[in-house]
Amino acid sequence: MTIGFALDSAIAVLVVAVSCWTIIARASFAAVVGFVSFGLLLTLVWVRLDAVDVALTEAAIGSGLTGALLLAAAARLRTSEFATQAERPSMALRVATALLSATATAALAGALFLLPSPAPTLAPAAAANAGATGLGNPVTNVLIAFRAMDTMLEKVVLLLALVGVWSLASDRFWGGPPSPLRGANTEGPLAFLARLLTPLGIVVGIYILWEGADHPGGAFQGGTILAAMWLLLMMSGVANAPATRFRSLRLVLISGPMVFLVIGLGGLWLGEAFLAYPVAYAKPLILVIEFVMTLTIAVTLALLLAGPPTREASR
Amino acid sequence: MMTDFLLASSGFVLAMVAVGLIRVLGGPANADRMMAAQLFGTGGIALLLLMAAATNITALVDVALVLALLAAFTSVAFVISGSRSDMLEPGAAEQS
Amino acid sequence: MSIVLDTFTVLAVTGGLFFFLAGTVGLLRFPDPLTRLHALTKADNLGLGLIVLGLLPQTNAPVGALKLLVAWLLVQLSGATIAQLIAREARRGMPQA
Repeated sequence: MTIGFALDSAIAVLVVAVSCWTIIARASFAAVVGFVSFGLLLTLVWVRLDAVDVALTEAAIGSGLTGALLLAAAARLRTSEFATQAERPSMALRVATALLSATATAALAGALFLLPSPAPTLAPAAAANAGATGLGNPVTNVLIAFRAMDTMLEKVVLLLALVGVWSLASDRFWGGPPSPLRGANTEGPLAFLARLLTPLGIVVGIYILWEGADHPGGAFQGGTILAAMWLLLMMSGVANAPATRFRSLRLVLISGPMVFLVIGLGGLWLGEAFLAYPVAYAKPLILVIEFVMTLTIAVTLALLLAGPPTREASR
Repeated sequence: MMTDFLLASSGFVLAMVAVGLIRVLGGPANADRMMAAQLFGTGGIALLLLMAAATNITALVDVALVLALLAAFTSVAFVISGSRSDMLEPGAAEQS
Repeated sequence: MSIVLDTFTVLAVTGGLFFFLAGTVGLLRFPDPLTRLHALTKADNLGLGLIVLGLLPQTNAPVGALKLLVAWLLVQLSGATIAQLIAREARRGMPQA
């Protein structure tokens, strides 16, 4: 038994144990803590599977931002938490659910083991064309060049999600600022931490975006870090949440998918295909897209976590 | 040999985090649970740095940096939402 | 020279692991949240610091060493502040002392 195998088995056992605990936990806060722990263990799984880009995304989004999102939701539901805990489904329902989940898991595991080996994959084709864009990171190549359509549409989906969150506000609050989870004391250690950590965080975020060209990283991870830093400022009371009707805010929100779309149509207009980059300009175009996308992702994710507008927009 | 040592060290840190989880997840007070992000932050970073040196994948140091930032952010979120109400700004928890 | 560096790495990393062990034992065995918090933050931070120190000779570029130090610095900064905030919450749950 090599050390690597022992390490992998330990991580696997921990992942299952923590996820079981998360399901069993009764209080929302405890369950979210379990969920965040689960996310961080999953980061280790991705690292062991040699998927460092996915590990970066999991560390940033899967545990960090999603955990904060769930915490904000739990805080909003606090008044009804006792009532929901009092209603427990019947034993029969729970046993049926457990059996169904176990069957689904077994089916997935079986499918995994029954895959033909070597499993069908486009990885060799992607690797063969790795020189097409001048970027060194194959994951970025796939995201921005080979499957650019998916990436662009994902940004549109994020935007639609944000519109959905905003529509939860009552009519008179539309366009106003949201109220993210917030600590009360604006001069205490929390504000100190936010003021000191944010510049460092911004530098690391831009660094991760830049590294995405040749090493694991990219626009999404960089944008998530920037979103987390802005949220930190809002949560500690150092910055105020912006009113959602500001035109400049909305411009930043749509600029990511818009620039992507414009460049994509440009490829069509130049006689090639939608989202085909002319070979000579591939790298600069990709950098422009990534830069604008990072800003959009940062603002969209931060606003998604801030929630629907809760105050009236001042005239 | 150095590789084995570093990999075994990362396994040891993982074991420490796992054992710490018992207290953090099971601990009765909310203050115990708030320490989860701290535990994972420090332990996870140590683990990633050791693995980076063991497997020579320098990108893992970047993952550790990201984890440091996001663990700080998550800890702040835990503290604000797990505290009793006088730490929350009034009105922030009630939406309609 | 490489043997000296490797020995230094092994010693420093082992010291770091010892502090991680101490922190975890404290986390499990200390009686209340405040003392457990102390065990977690102080011991784990010192453990991480020693591990970073031990890994410094293993990195080649100055950039690699800089990243290690920045990671440790971030943990120190956030750890100290978060410990303050958690302690405030832990004290609220305790009888006035």
